[in-house]
Amino acid sequence: MNVVLLGATRGMGRAVARRLAERGDAVCLLGRDRAVLEASARDLQVRAGLPEPLPVAYCDLERPDSFASALDAAAGALGRIDAVVVTAGHFSTEDDLAASEPDAARLLATVNFANTVGFCEAARRRLLADGGGSLCVFSSVAGDRGRTPVVTYGATKAGLTAYLEGLDHRYARDGLRVICVKPGFVRTGMTAGLKPPPFAGNPDPVARRVVRAIDRGVPVVYAPAVWRWIMLVVRWLPRAIMRRVRF
Amino acid sequence: MCGWGRVGVAGREVWSDDLVRLSERAILFRGLGRSYGDASLPPPSAPEVACTVLGDRLIDFDETTGRLRAEAGVSLASLVELFLPRGWFVPVTPGTRYVTLGGMVAADVHGKNHHVDGCVGAFVDALRLRTAGGRIVDCSRGEEAELFHATVGGMGLTGHILELTLRLTRVPSPWIERESVRASGIQALLETLENSSADWPFTVAWADLLARGAQLGRGIVYRGRWAGADRAPQGTPAAPSAIDVPFEAPEWLLNRASIGLFNALRYRRHGSGLRRAVESPYSFFYPLDRIGNWNRLYGARGLTQYQCVIPDSRGVEGVHQVLDCIARRRAPVFLCVIKNCGDEGSGLLSFPLRGMSLALDLPVGDGIQDLVDALNELVVDLGGRIYLAKDAFTRPEHFRAMEPRLDRWLTVRRRWDPEVRLRSAQSVRLLGDPA
Repeated sequence: MNVVLLGATRGMGRAVARRLAERGDAVCLLGRDRAVLEASARDLQVRAGLPEPLPVAYCDLERPDSFASALDAAAGALGRIDAVVVTAGHFSTEDDLAASEPDAARLLATVNFANTVGFCEAARRRLLADGGGSLCVFSSVAGDRGRTPVVTYGATKAGLTAYLEGLDHRYARDGLRVICVKPGFVRTGMTAGLKPPPFAGNPDPVARRVVRAIDRGVPVVYAPAVWRWIMLVVRWLPRAIMRRVRF
Repeated sequence: MCGWGRVGVAGREVWSDDLVRLSERAILFRGLGRSYGDASLPPPSAPEVACTVLGDRLIDFDETTGRLRAEAGVSLASLVELFLPRGWFVPVTPGTRYVTLGGMVAADVHGKNHHVDGCVGAFVDALRLRTAGGRIVDCSRGEEAELFHATVGGMGLTGHILELTLRLTRVPSPWIERESVRASGIQALLETLENSSADWPFTVAWADLLARGAQLGRGIVYRGRWAGADRAPQGTPAAPSAIDVPFEAPEWLLNRASIGLFNALRYRRHGSGLRRAVESPYSFFYPLDRIGNWNRLYGARGLTQYQCVIPDSRGVEGVHQVLDCIARRRAPVFLCVIKNCGDEGSGLLSFPLRGMSLALDLPVGDGIQDLVDALNELVVDLGGRIYLAKDAFTRPEHFRAMEPRLDRWLTVRRRWDPEVRLRSAQSVRLLGDPA
């Protein structure tokens, strides 16, 4: 399988890229920092035991004009693209947003929703033009319910989840397999400042679940699996309780 | 926060995949937290420890020499899974694979092959450190050699390890040829261990310290070597999955009676003859990794491991004295592992020296401080020393009496960290660092 990953230099994306490269998939990394991309490409090369570093290309979710050229470069390097994995995105709590510039919430919504949809559209068109493929995008359990600490972030992920569901309904018959991943709390650089709740997961088991979901075309994946049941409860909590609790 | 012994202090972990940035203001780096005592715990006044496990990129591997360059947070478990199928293994492994490479260097870990190969530090060619002053410094045997030797076994107190270069070893097959043989008392056990070590690169002895009379110290010697390609099964052994201890066991679960029974069964089940097998390196090197969170079996008060090494000249006599001390106090030693060590390494605070190492797993209870004190007095007297990666209860005066090398190490440390900024709960306890 030939896979393009956006945001796979760190966290869960890093773990997914490793799993793919170690089993022999051809991988191309997209990201915004050349030095970091190259370090990750070297890491994957050593792990996969390849003679050359894996291809990388510049792509920045804040710069929609970089999307098409990045996918062109990836297609050029890999020949054909079978799957696109998007783990990139920003994370801010409401407290973070309150402490930064007044426009921060809009910027977060732009990158995590509008621009991510823009990238997915470019990827979707390319996959469909080649007869189909897999589009695996990291949304979040934060999109399952509006919650006090992550109002804006949760909203961007709720929007992304709905977009991915719609894509699946619209294009499944044309050969597009959409995989929406909803990670719960996973210990990565993104969650570094937060206090881990019970059931906090690690990137490697999440990656194992995600790669299996890509292989099988599972439309919605909670990872770690226990979060499906946690969110089932959270979705049914009455508003009176949601207003009071701080999670 | 706690070490593997589950005796906690106030503190929290911060983490990042960017070790260069993480190290800028860190007081202490911590890997997977497998040191038993307080080596990876923060001092009271700076209750934040920087966890390295997300800094886990491999940087370079040379297929001809086996030289691997990697970030400090790479876990031994991932390394073994990646490189064993390709015919490589780490030159030295501790008894668990859930440690980071950085942690292995900081503790200068040893393994079942210490009597022939020494500690892991002997295979480390270079380190990249963030020193206390903020500079990033490359060191090796040829460059900033003093800093290098102070860092190997220096418990993370001379600089935060960012990257390291380690020479992996080629193995003829991914399987271990193993033998085990039973010994009916401590004298026979030590002799069998010694004799086995003449021909076998991996040796270790398990001793039953709850048996009585002449049987005290009976046990089993395990010895192994990498199986030749002609004798190995097809394929590569898979990493076994662990059975998790889901919650803390009640205090009464492990007691002299239950462990005595377990030990007797283990001894009897082995049978009196020599046993041979070709087995997976996972079960040979890491038997306890099969039980996830086995430290929870010791209950709410946790456990400690007392590990000391007694120099060769007084090795056998010393082991007897330690055993006597334990028997006299009826100390509940649930696991006792004996290993003969080879020559001292170049790490200034590295643990092993030529002699006998004893590791004793003990539940933490009211008498633990007295017991450790008594054992330490004995070890001081015998000219031995203790292993910092295990220690939680040693007093500073005992440590100083065991470590004639300490002043040399302190001199190097002072040069790189005059204000003693990098420190741990352990260094506060043992070295009198500012709390």
